[in-house]
Amino acid sequence: MTSTYAVLSEGLEKRFGEVHALRGLDLAVPQGTVCGLLGPNGAGKTTALRLLTTLLRPDAGSARIAGHDLLRDPAAVRRRIGVTGQYASVDGELTGRQNLQLFARLHRVRGPAERAGELLDRFGLTEAADRPASTYSGGMRRRLDLAASLVRRPDVLFLDEPTTGLDPASRNRIWDAVRELTADGTTVLLTTQYLEEADQLADDIALMGQGRVAHTGSPAQFKAVIGARVEVVVTDPDFLVKTAAVLDQLTGAEPSFDHERRAVGAVTRDGTLTLPRLVRELDAAGVPLLDASIEPPTLDDVFLRLTQEEERAA
Amino acid sequence: MSTLAHDGNAMLGRQLRRIRNNPGLLVLTQTMPITMLLFFGYVFGSALAMPGAEYRSFLVPGLLVATAANGLMTGMFQAAQDTHRGVMDRFRTLPMSRAAVPLGQAGADLVVTAVGTVPFLLVGLAVGWRIEGSALEAVGALGLLLLFRFATAWAGIFLGLLTRNEEAAGQLGGATFILPLLSNAYIPTEGLPGWLRTLAEWNPISAVTMALRDLFGNAPVPDGAAWPVAHPVAGSLAWCAVLLAVFVPLAVRRYARGER
Ligand SMILES: Nc1ncnc2c1ncn2[C@@H]1O[C@H](COP(=O)(O)OP(=O)(O)OP(=O)(O)O)[C@@H](O)[C@H]1O
Ligand SMILES: [Mg+2]
Repeated sequence: MTSTYAVLSEGLEKRFGEVHALRGLDLAVPQGTVCGLLGPNGAGKTTALRLLTTLLRPDAGSARIAGHDLLRDPAAVRRRIGVTGQYASVDGELTGRQNLQLFARLHRVRGPAERAGELLDRFGLTEAADRPASTYSGGMRRRLDLAASLVRRPDVLFLDEPTTGLDPASRNRIWDAVRELTADGTTVLLTTQYLEEADQLADDIALMGQGRVAHTGSPAQFKAVIGARVEVVVTDPDFLVKTAAVLDQLTGAEPSFDHERRAVGAVTRDGTLTLPRLVRELDAAGVPLLDASIEPPTLDDVFLRLTQEEERAA
Repeated sequence: MSTLAHDGNAMLGRQLRRIRNNPGLLVLTQTMPITMLLFFGYVFGSALAMPGAEYRSFLVPGLLVATAANGLMTGMFQAAQDTHRGVMDRFRTLPMSRAAVPLGQAGADLVVTAVGTVPFLLVGLAVGWRIEGSALEAVGALGLLLLFRFATAWAGIFLGLLTRNEEAAGQLGGATFILPLLSNAYIPTEGLPGWLRTLAEWNPISAVTMALRDLFGNAPVPDGAAWPVAHPVAGSLAWCAVLLAVFVPLAVRRYARGER
C-alpha cells in the first residue's frame, strides 16, 4: 500500500511552545497526483510542509515520503524531494544562473551549466540570468526559487504558496511547470490561498483547520457541497411569481425576489441543473425570459463556508 | 569524490562567487586594518613610551591577529544572514553532507583572509615592519594566523546559526571589536594591573599575537607572562585546537538540527 502513496502521514503533531500548530495531520497523496493543501492563515500548512521536508521534527506521528521513513531515513527523503518554501530562499548575492548552477552541482546533475540555462529559459529568466537575484522582482525570484527545486526532477515536489503575489503570466508559467512535472510522474503537494489554483491544478484538496485536515475531496466534490446560484430576469414583473414557482420546482429552494431588476434568484442544492434545462422549463411555462444564469459555485464560497463551520465547531 | 569534499567545494565556490559579485565589501573590510595601522601607528605611536617605528612593528602582528579574530564576526553574520533569508533551509532540504555548508563558509573565509593579508603586510613593510626571523618561521607565523582565523570562523558560524537573526548578529559582531582591546594586540600587557594582565594574557588573541611577534622576530616574550603567552606557539596551537574541537561539532550539529 505505502508504495502507491508518495506522501503518507499519520498523526503528525507539532508544538511551538504554547502553540499547538499541528494536532494530528493525516495525509495520503497518491503517486503522480497533485494535492492542494488549503486553509486559513495559521492553519498549519507551512508547518506541515516543513515537517514533511525534514526541516522540522514532529513531536508525534510518522510519515513516509516516496517510500522512505521521514524520521528514520531523512537523508533518503531529501534525495527524492524538491522544496520551494513560502518565502524565497535563493542566494540574493548570486546571479540567477549562479544559483541554479550551485543547486545543480549540489544535486550532482551532469552538466550544471546546461541545466541552469535550460531552466532559466523555461522560466523566462534568461534576460536577467546574470544579474544578482536580489535585483529580481518578487515574481522573478519566485520563479527562480521554483527552478532551483527542479534542477533534478524530484519524485515529490513541495510548494508552499508558489504563486502568491504573482501576476497572471508568471502564475501560468508556474502552473504549466507543475502540470508538466505531474505528466512526468512527479507528485506535488502544494499549499495555496487561491482556490482557483487548487481548482486548476489539484486532483485532491485537503482543507486544513486548527492543525489537522478537516475535509478532503476533489475540487468537484468540494463544489458540490454548495449548489449553484441561479438567477432569472424577466421582461414583465407580473411573471415574477410564476418564475419563482418554476425555480422552486427545479431547485427545491426558497426563491428570493429582486423587484427593481425584475429578477428571481435561488440556490440549488446540487450541481445538476443545467442552463438549457432551466431555459426550456421557463419557456414551457410561458415566462418572458430576458436573462438567465447559473453561476457555478466558486471554491471561495465553499472555503468560506467550511472554514466558518470549522471555527464555529472549535 | 566524497560527499563532504564535493559539497564543501560547491559551497566554497558559492562563497567565493558571492565575493566576486560584490568586491566592494571585501575591499572595505581589508582597508580597515590598514587604516588602523596608520592611525594607531602614528597617532598612538607618538604618545607612547615606545619609539614610533618600534610600536608599528609591534602593532603589525597585533592587527593581523585582531583582524583574524574578526572571523568570529564574519562567520556569525553570514551564517545568521543565510538562516534569516531561508537559504540555510534550502540547503537543509538538499541531499548534501551536513558539514558542507559550514566547512565551505569557513574555507572561503580562509581564502579571503589569506589574500587580504598581502596588502596589509605590504603597508606594514612600508611603515617599517620587518620579518626579522627566518623565512621558515615567517611561514609558520602566517600558517598559525590562518589556523586561528579558521577556528574563529567556526565559532562565528555556530553563533550565527544560534542567533539566526541578521541584525542581532550584526550588533553582536560589532561588539567583537573589544576582544583585541583586552589583549596584547595593541598594547604590551606588562603594564596592566596583575589580574587584568592575567585576563588579557589568557585571551587567545594574546597567545597568537605573541607567537607572531616571536616568529617574525618583532618582540621578545615578556617576563612573567601567563602560560599561553610565555609559550606562544604551543599556546596558540592549543587555543586553536580547543576552539576547533568545541565549535566544529557544535556548528555542524546546529546546522543539521535546524530549528526543529
Ligand atoms: N517557529 C515557530 N515558532 C512559534 N510558532 C510558530 C512557528 N511556526 C509556526 N508557528 C505557529 O504555528 C501556527 C501554524 O503556522 P503555519 O505557518 O504553519 O500556518 P500557515 O497555515 O502556513 O499560515 P499562512 O497561511 O499564514 O502561511 C501559527 O499559529 C504560527 O504562529
Ligand atoms: Mg504558510
